[in-house]
Amino acid sequence: MSNAKDVTDASFGTDVLSAEKPVIVDFWAEWCGPCRKLGPILDEISVEYSEKVDVVKVNVDDNPAIAAEYGITSIPAVYLFQGGEVKSTVIGAKPKQFFEKEFSDVLS
Amino acid sequence: MTIEEKTASDVRDVIIVGSGPAGYTAAVYTARANLKPLLLAGSVTAGGELMNTTDVENYPGFPEGIMGPDLMENFEKQAARFGTEIQFEDVTALELEGPVKTVTIATGETFQAKAVILSTGSAYRELGLPNEKRLSGHGVSWCATCDGFFFKDQDIAVIGGGDSAMEEALFLTKFAKSVTVVHRRDSLKASKIMADRALAHEKIKFVWNSTVDDVLGTDKVSGLRLKNLLDGSLSELAVTGVFVAIGNDPRTDLVKDVLELTPEATIAVEGRSSRTSLPGVFAAGDVVDLTYRQAITASGSGCVAAIDVEHYLADLPA
Repeated sequence: MSNAKDVTDASFGTDVLSAEKPVIVDFWAEWCGPCRKLGPILDEISVEYSEKVDVVKVNVDDNPAIAAEYGITSIPAVYLFQGGEVKSTVIGAKPKQFFEKEFSDVLS
Repeated sequence: MTIEEKTASDVRDVIIVGSGPAGYTAAVYTARANLKPLLLAGSVTAGGELMNTTDVENYPGFPEGIMGPDLMENFEKQAARFGTEIQFEDVTALELEGPVKTVTIATGETFQAKAVILSTGSAYRELGLPNEKRLSGHGVSWCATCDGFFFKDQDIAVIGGGDSAMEEALFLTKFAKSVTVVHRRDSLKASKIMADRALAHEKIKFVWNSTVDDVLGTDKVSGLRLKNLLDGSLSELAVTGVFVAIGNDPRTDLVKDVLELTPEATIAVEGRSSRTSLPGVFAAGDVVDLTYRQAITASGSGCVAAIDVEHYLADLPA
């Protein structure tokens, strides 16, 4: 189960930058093995912490503009946005507990 | 169930930690020996290093080659077919002394077994430069298959001279304008077929006898400062991406204080066996081998560990 919705170059402003809640953004692609491992973990977080954060996914193949804007050159890249600004970033696939610790300001 | 409630029947025969070729092969063999292995595969690292590769051309039995992730999926299916219990959990602690071993996973849950096979593999080595860490994810990468896409028509560098470095360099030519291989020696350590392919490739250039002195760039990589090891001279190479493939270190964090290690920091094993310095604890794959590091050698060593476990359990007093 997942509450994570797909966000595009066009909807990034509304869904992420202007969002009321903090937003965890997962930059990913089909061909990225570690991204496929990380997906289900962020899905879990999206359900477990649905009251505290939104979790969204940006497919970098289909939405190159946003990935370029944030200078992303490695995926999976997980960015935490709050009030339209990047608060924290995690590069590479990490276990769930790692995100809970890294994003503890908004998750706990 | 709390720990107190555990009974002798909850003590398994064998737990395998790690899910690369060594772990899965040990699982296939111990499962076929009816030892009902539990394999703790890791949450995001499941499948191990081959999950980040593309074509595997040297694993026997696949004359046309096979994709790394497909090969690992096959391993997993084969292990499961014979009754291996596979959990995608990360091991956080190991108590290996005494006749019953305890394995703790990230959720705090524990498992017990008479024997443990450690096949935790190895982790890529970093250059060890402050700017490498700072620019990681902004031009510094360890995974060509993940990140090559971001460097379309750009000039990039690969650091290293082994098979992994050549594989990355060749893969990256699909995207990059040019790939410069920086190597500390004056010839490649890679297998001849990989070296020849790289040396012949029109997009790949080589800088010999050189190491990376610094990674340059403020928000993203703009270049490398290279040091020539022969005369000590420094030069700059303008690249927007750098892929580091300078070798691996065995993953021994959880066991390095209780198991004997070799001078190379791999887990020490007895002769050609998988027996470590503690009875009932066995090790296989990259964590015992920094020399060969092939899917097939890891697999072979996983088989050795499984058979060693069978013998160990058979010899235990009833």
